[in-house]
Amino acid sequence: MSREQLASKGKWRRLPFIADPTLRWGLAVGAVIYLVLALSTVDVNWARVAEGASRGLNFLAAFAQPDFISRRTDIVNGLLESLTMTLTSTVIGVALAIPVGLGAARNIAPWPVYLVCRGIITVSRTFQEIIIAILFVVMFGFGPLAGMITLAFATIGFMAKLLAEDIEDLDWRQVEAVRATGASWWQTMNHAVQPQVMPRLIGLSMYRLDINFRESAVIGIVGAGGIGATLNTSISRYEYDTSAAILLIIIAIVLLCEYSSSHVRRWTQ
Amino acid sequence: MPVSTTPQGQPAWRLRTTRAQWLGYLAWLAGISLFLLCWKLISDNTMWVFVEDAGRQGSNLIGRMLPPQWGYAHRLWKPMWDTLNIATLGTLLGIAMAFPVAFLAARNTTPHPLVRSVALVIIVSSRSINSLIWAMLLVTILGPGVLAGIIAIALRSIGFIGKLLYEAIEEIHPTPVEAISATGAGRLQVMSYGVLPQVMPAFAGISVYRWDINIRESTVLGLVGAGGIGLQLNAAINSLAWNQVSVIFLMIFVTVLVSEWISARVRHAII
Repeated sequence: MSREQLASKGKWRRLPFIADPTLRWGLAVGAVIYLVLALSTVDVNWARVAEGASRGLNFLAAFAQPDFISRRTDIVNGLLESLTMTLTSTVIGVALAIPVGLGAARNIAPWPVYLVCRGIITVSRTFQEIIIAILFVVMFGFGPLAGMITLAFATIGFMAKLLAEDIEDLDWRQVEAVRATGASWWQTMNHAVQPQVMPRLIGLSMYRLDINFRESAVIGIVGAGGIGATLNTSISRYEYDTSAAILLIIIAIVLLCEYSSSHVRRWTQ
Repeated sequence: MPVSTTPQGQPAWRLRTTRAQWLGYLAWLAGISLFLLCWKLISDNTMWVFVEDAGRQGSNLIGRMLPPQWGYAHRLWKPMWDTLNIATLGTLLGIAMAFPVAFLAARNTTPHPLVRSVALVIIVSSRSINSLIWAMLLVTILGPGVLAGIIAIALRSIGFIGKLLYEAIEEIHPTPVEAISATGAGRLQVMSYGVLPQVMPAFAGISVYRWDINIRESTVLGLVGAGGIGLQLNAAINSLAWNQVSVIFLMIFVTVLVSEWISARVRHAII
């Protein structure tokens, strides 16, 4: 009996999320087959897990009494490095992302430029920061410079993609109006495009600043400077109280970033 | 817009007052000084000798990566399958945990403001900590392997899915909720018939989007021992087998592009 007939008898059933029954059941069966296959290949060493359980409890306990003191200089140096890397890489990355973003917007860039810029964006977005960091550490040596270049490179892909999307759906009438006055390409960009995308660009830059800080905490693992190296050492030495302290600091800084960026965004809009 | 008068008595229009103009200049000066200060700190910690031959190192590296050792690819199918499993199972686990958290964190569905702040703390801590850090921790606790990777991905996904979902819940239309509560429905019934149908498309979209990000993140979890293709990557890098590294890079590149395409298609179909 169809749903409508049932409903007229007072036996109402809600509409399914996927309307097509073949697709719905196909997806369900496929999901079950996948789950069975996947779970059967995941081999877990339960003895090792049981052994580690006490360590897990130690780690949770460490959050109750984090140790900021005993590794103070390492933590401070690492954080300082992370913060400087974050700031410089965001500034450089955003500055470089603007031309790439302009080039990747279909409505203002010619085909060849568009393809090149989209290519840059794809490469930069596909690889994790940490993979790029490995390559740059080989090229530029250990230290925050490699980290900064990595984060700047990742920022280019992120910002340029969102900027290009923003430019692609901007209000074209304003551009036409400015062009009608006989404005050159630069003047059109400056007076018709830039005012429309600026608030969002500032908001996104603040957001990226926040992401870059979080990322700067991991690329230290492969030697690209920042707090990651300190964190990695403390975890592998089972000094969970120091790790907990570092994690708490990271959470606090991210919260601060988010709070201030929401203020900046409200102020620009 | 401020108006001042010129010596000839004509009104002159300007975009900003003198005060605002100077404040703007000062802000720029402060920003640029901060940037230069940071740059100085970085440059002090850099060995410029290494940077000078970066170009040579880079071309050397590319030279060693090419040609890729294609024969190595057939040993990568199992790690790649593991990587996909880490991402997919991790996302599923993350969704299962994020779903209740999001309902507790949304202003209009939370049972109590205190519960809401606890849920928000969970979301923020999960979001602030990268999945690689979660993986490092879990590897020391659970031992190396796929399980640590799955849980690391799940823990990181809670924050992402939770945040976007609770924002979606806060933006729902109140009228269906009111209509259903007017029939005398209980709290859970209101959730399931009033709130859930409205956020379902957003929820599915967010989950698929996170799955796509997780594929990208799970490719590197092996660097800290949490299973997947990252283990092979780590081994290849440590043994300086750069022609194997390039095979792995290509494989990651293709996988990520395919997953991004799938996720874009699915999101397009839903919304």
